[in-house]
Amino acid sequence: MDAHKLVKMANEIASFFEAEPDRAVMLEGVAGHLKRFWDPRMRRELLRWQDEHHGEGLKDTVRDAIAAHRDKLLGGL
Amino acid sequence: MYSVKEPDGGTPLRVSDQLVTITIDGAPVTVPAGTSVMRAAAEAGVHVPKLCATDTLEAFGSCRLCLVEIEGRRGYPASCTTPAEPGMKVRTQSDKLARLRRGSMELYVSDHPLDCLTCPANGNCELQEMAGAVGLREVRYGTQGKNHLDLAKDESNPYFIFDPAKCIACSRCVRACEEVQGTFALTLDGRGFDTQIAPGAGNFLESECVSCGACVQACPTATLMEKSIVDKGQPDHTVVTTCAYCGVGCSFRAEIKGAEVVRMVPNKDGHANHGHSCVKGRFAWGYASHPDRIKTPMIRTSIDDPWREVSWDEAIQYAASEIRRIQGAHGRGAVGAITSSRCSNEETYLVQKLVRAGFGNNNVDTCARVCHSPTGYGLKTTLGESAGTQDFDSVDHADVVVVIGANPTDAHPVFASRMKRRLREGARLIVFDPRAIDLARTPHVEATHLLQLRPGTNVALINAFTHTIVAEGLHKEDYVHARCEHAAYDKWKAFICDPRNSPEAMEEATGVPAAKVRAAARIYAGARNAAIYYGLGVTEHSQGTTMVIAIANLAMVTGNLGRPGVGVNPLRGQNNVQGSCDMGSFPHELPGYRHVSDPAVRALFSTHWGVPIEPEPGLRIPNMFDAAIDGSFRALYVQGEDIAQSDPNTEHVTRALRSMECIIVQDLFINETAKFAHVFFPGSSFLEKDGTFTNAERRISRVRKVMPPLAGLGDWEVTVALSNALGYPMHYDHPSQIMDEIAKLTPTFTGVTYDKIDRLGSIQWPCNDKAPEGTPVMHVDEFVRGKGRFVLTEYVPTDERTSWKYPLLLTTGRILSQYNVGAQTRRTRNVIWHSEDHIDLHPHDAEQRGIVDGDWVAVRSRAGETVLRACLTDRMQPGVVYTTFHHPESGANVVTTENSDWATNCPEYKVTAVQLVKVAAPSEWQRQFGDFSARQQELLPRT
Repeated sequence: MDAHKLVKMANEIASFFEAEPDRAVMLEGVAGHLKRFWDPRMRRELLRWQDEHHGEGLKDTVRDAIAAHRDKLLGGL
Repeated sequence: MYSVKEPDGGTPLRVSDQLVTITIDGAPVTVPAGTSVMRAAAEAGVHVPKLCATDTLEAFGSCRLCLVEIEGRRGYPASCTTPAEPGMKVRTQSDKLARLRRGSMELYVSDHPLDCLTCPANGNCELQEMAGAVGLREVRYGTQGKNHLDLAKDESNPYFIFDPAKCIACSRCVRACEEVQGTFALTLDGRGFDTQIAPGAGNFLESECVSCGACVQACPTATLMEKSIVDKGQPDHTVVTTCAYCGVGCSFRAEIKGAEVVRMVPNKDGHANHGHSCVKGRFAWGYASHPDRIKTPMIRTSIDDPWREVSWDEAIQYAASEIRRIQGAHGRGAVGAITSSRCSNEETYLVQKLVRAGFGNNNVDTCARVCHSPTGYGLKTTLGESAGTQDFDSVDHADVVVVIGANPTDAHPVFASRMKRRLREGARLIVFDPRAIDLARTPHVEATHLLQLRPGTNVALINAFTHTIVAEGLHKEDYVHARCEHAAYDKWKAFICDPRNSPEAMEEATGVPAAKVRAAARIYAGARNAAIYYGLGVTEHSQGTTMVIAIANLAMVTGNLGRPGVGVNPLRGQNNVQGSCDMGSFPHELPGYRHVSDPAVRALFSTHWGVPIEPEPGLRIPNMFDAAIDGSFRALYVQGEDIAQSDPNTEHVTRALRSMECIIVQDLFINETAKFAHVFFPGSSFLEKDGTFTNAERRISRVRKVMPPLAGLGDWEVTVALSNALGYPMHYDHPSQIMDEIAKLTPTFTGVTYDKIDRLGSIQWPCNDKAPEGTPVMHVDEFVRGKGRFVLTEYVPTDERTSWKYPLLLTTGRILSQYNVGAQTRRTRNVIWHSEDHIDLHPHDAEQRGIVDGDWVAVRSRAGETVLRACLTDRMQPGVVYTTFHHPESGANVVTTENSDWATNCPEYKVTAVQLVKVAAPSEWQRQFGDFSARQQELLPRT
């Protein structure tokens, strides 16, 4: 999968949830969306990008959501 | 002319709590107050002669055939215009009445050609029938007097003739155009003997006529007559079925001669259309027998090879072996399928079942991905169900209608006529649209506010609109407290009231003056019943889902949900978008919108299907393309879709298609996607199979087989055969058994059976123990999810920005005469109205670029370039241009980008930054497209 496209998509998801004032709810929203709607190979590539490229291009919200909910996102991979 | 032998009560049905009893020829009959004497008589089984009256139109009282005698009243009143009153004693037959009626008939017939035996209406002509009914035996005036018999026919319309020599000036056509269609294209020109029906100043084709067929249907003679009937004669039987075009889902009577359709007539009993139609459903069905139809299965190993015609068995075995080979080499997830909103519920259900149970993954998606997937997400999140809240009839109770990003007069014309009628009755209209759509100013209808926003700023505008209502205290706090989650509401209220969401703050982004937004919002909030109707101008944005959520928030905060006249109403593009989504076509949901991660739901399906269900979501269509390019996705079964034409960034899509090892296309024609295919399964049209479609109001209607499948198998039978060949047996003898399985596994469908649909005519889901005959209006006492949930909808501008290089914004859409990728309508005489796509632009933008109307213009975006002919129109605002995607060579989607909705990946078709440049030659893409298409044509078997 094209990692740059996944980074853009993840950032757009984050932009929606960033309206949420409670940061924990915001991060859960981002991670929950990735888990519920992204095929495992997309999540796998996003996590690889986070690990191997230090999340280059990802918004802090996405990085923090991955960090906070890594186990959830790994489920099914 | 109406369908053969269709009952006609003469005047419209009235609904009233008060009942009136009268006697007709001595027999009592009880009818609702307001019912005409004519209709009351019809209810009593007495058919008063009539010519100018029909039950689809208000009474006119001109023909003088329906005269009756009423005890205690002087003269001979027209029964069509006389309301039934308590105790009224009516006589419909007497010597005097007979003489009066014959006298009228003599006058009509004295100026009417006596060519009944060769007339196309012979056998279905009301004038002929009335001559018999009144006992006409002579015409004392002769036939040699002054008459209209030499008037020339107007044959300009591709589907019907206008023969003024046969006109009796009853005005039914004029009134149908006004009352039913709302176009006002026809008029009675002249006075007295010179009175003639006139379609404006010219002929029908040049007039404002939209060819809906209402005038033809209303005509009691052969004056307005379908050319198909002129050519082929009257039908011998009818089958009631459902239109396969837009999401209105009109019921039609297919009139048939042998196994050939000779006419499609809208069904007066149809609950979605109530006897009305549009040019597509009424006339554009000829594609079903077009010579381009492929009737034999074909296979090839490479897209550079010639197609080889094979038996069904060989094609299916080959397809199955390729799927299994690819899964063996690249994993179970390397294959998937796309279901179609043009196919039936049963067919889409089977394809997703094939993927989940036969392929063993969740890589199934549907074309709703590129249209209404944000509707599913947004309405499920806020209200609890992925569907519109109302029935179409609900609009009759609306006092304010808000149309957002929809163009119903083109895309949902039959419902638009209904809406226009309500607007003519006085309901107010607010339109959110970058373009001045027809509905905003049409005869006797004008939007109170046309909020002509910049493309991509829907969320900014609706936030400002809703901010006005809440900040000014115009919302329904009591409703919210009773029906919605309090904590979420409090959080949302603080958000929406923030000054950053005010109309003044958003004006710079939207381009809509703040005062206008506030004025429109106050009208919406102040209405007794306010209804929102929206289309792809809402969903096809990077914030499509956010906008759907914002619409639901607005409806909740104003209490406009849960009763007739209100609601959130997505106007679905294709005939079965709602159904294809209901049937579990999305990769994350099983039928009934239940997530694959839910163990209980998976257990239900696993038990019934006998296989485990994957708990992780599969690939969506755009993800399939990306996965194809990276090599992890290699085979695709596409039923009834043309992704190579309809999906954005064509060059990316075709690169993905070329990357795959096996593409199986099931379609009526060699569409653009089939040019990249290795297996072709010839599809069956809606006339060739049984099944059901579900329209935009959740209405499940029957599709009934009118003729045998031209290729021998219905689409559902092919999916069953493929599944069997893959080693996952399916056992169905008829689509009704598939619906039985759907009902067994889907809580909103548990009460649905073919027998019940036949009995009720159609059913709106949910249909279950709580609502055994269906649910016209949802969320009545509580929301499906329990309490309504307000969700924050921050405006986030799209990444697609204008620049010095791409200074204009392109938005795409569709027009009345063509449908989606045009595969059907391009193969009908509808091309007379739209033979090519063009680029609409404002004269100011044209002048700046030295472009004049009709010039060839290159449309350049960051994704690609195509060349279209310019059409200058002040319907566009400066800075915004528009095109359609009905013709593949136009390449509209060569220009559109892969930007998509954050939640669903629904493409952002409505916002593409472009530049226009006058040119003299097609684009490089168009040249390559032409070469590739010609080569693919050569690879087809020669017939």
